[in-house]
Amino acid sequence: MDIVRILFSYIIFPGFIFSAIVGLFLTWIDRKVTARIHWRVGPPWFQPYADFLKLLLKETIIPEGSSKTLFLLGPLLGIISMSILAVMLFSMNFNPTSSFVGDVIVIVYLLALPPIGIIIGGSSSRNTLASVGASREMTQYFAYELPFLISLVIIILKAGGSIKFGEIVLAQQAQGPFLYSISGVIAAVVILLCIQAKLSFVPFDSPEAEQEIMCGPYIEYSGVALAIFKLARAMMLFLLPLFLISLLWGGFADWWAIPKFLLIIVLIVLIKNTNPRLRIDQALKSFWIGLGMLSIIGLVLAFYGL
Amino acid sequence: MANPKLWGLKKSPWVFHVAAASCNNCDIEILDLITPHWDIERFGIVLVGSPRHADALLVTGVLNRKSLPRVLRVYEQTPKPCLVIGIGTCTCHTHMFERSYNVVGPYNKYLPVDVYIPGCPPKPEAMIMGVVKALKRL
Ligand code: SF4
Repeated sequence: MDIVRILFSYIIFPGFIFSAIVGLFLTWIDRKVTARIHWRVGPPWFQPYADFLKLLLKETIIPEGSSKTLFLLGPLLGIISMSILAVMLFSMNFNPTSSFVGDVIVIVYLLALPPIGIIIGGSSSRNTLASVGASREMTQYFAYELPFLISLVIIILKAGGSIKFGEIVLAQQAQGPFLYSISGVIAAVVILLCIQAKLSFVPFDSPEAEQEIMCGPYIEYSGVALAIFKLARAMMLFLLPLFLISLLWGGFADWWAIPKFLLIIVLIVLIKNTNPRLRIDQALKSFWIGLGMLSIIGLVLAFYGL
Repeated sequence: MANPKLWGLKKSPWVFHVAAASCNNCDIEILDLITPHWDIERFGIVLVGSPRHADALLVTGVLNRKSLPRVLRVYEQTPKPCLVIGIGTCTCHTHMFERSYNVVGPYNKYLPVDVYIPGCPPKPEAMIMGVVKALKRL
């Protein structure tokens, strides 16, 4: 009975299928809001599902001379790690006292898997532009990881030194969300920009700059493999804002989570549509110097309990 | 919804733009299609940057000795099923370059073109109509 429940939670709710369906819907919101900002009409609501279905039924080409196993492994890493992350987030929020050990460190590693999948896929596909994209993705990963980790330390300090996800949520239910303090606001800003970079959205989209390197690491992907990449991206769009809410805004076990979630999504899309693309060295500089300094200030403030 | 493959293809045809030595007018008119005025994303049509992602190839310009092998190569790189849409009078026949030493002839000698959209360059409305006709024929 237990094994059925575990499989159900990983595959159907809140794991793979649920987060995939919601994630694809969120990519429609992203495209529609983008279109409205451009004064366009935008695609109909079923558009992401039609895209996904079409890609599933198309031919998958494996380029000649590429490493077949790695080429097909790349997309899979993303959806596997995102399904696990979905289960962890939901069980920690709805049942924070359970014995399920989900700590922040595991989540940091789970969030590292999709970029690794992109790097593996891009560099195994034997295409110059794909390897440029993969190397930029790697640089960007190292860039945003530093401020991201420092702001996670801010949250851990505020939760009284606990790295367990459930205890962070419980601490917020006891003393109010961490967001309502100066260091909490700093951590939220830094994590929001890191989410932007994790999703490769516009200020930080040089790994897959469509106009210069033609989607970068994805350039050789077609059919099912491309569909899985798109799906992993959609699931990240669903799970990363939830991650932010549960770390800083008091968890998402009540109905207030829905307006909070939509607010974060719209904020991400607005940042995406009102900014130019940063070169990779500018992105590195802004993450290490700008946001790194900001998060260290936040760390000091959090240390003095502000 | 009877045939999911066909439904998916009709609702989200991603196009790749193959400029095979056109005079550039047709290319500019194609870019008009994604501006707010015509906004073909309404129909799920997206301009993609790689032939591997494409479901339809928009070919423009007259085929010549240099561009023929490239166009054939792009066609082979595109995952099937894929449509080929010829934009402009250049693709229907050899147009005013008829007597040029370099021209190797119309597209239908080499590629299975699904729909031709004549005009020099065709209006964006004409292109939308051509794509709709091509999709209806599927
Ligand atoms: S059809 Fe006319 S506008 Fe288009 S490429 Fe040919 S000559 Fe240029």
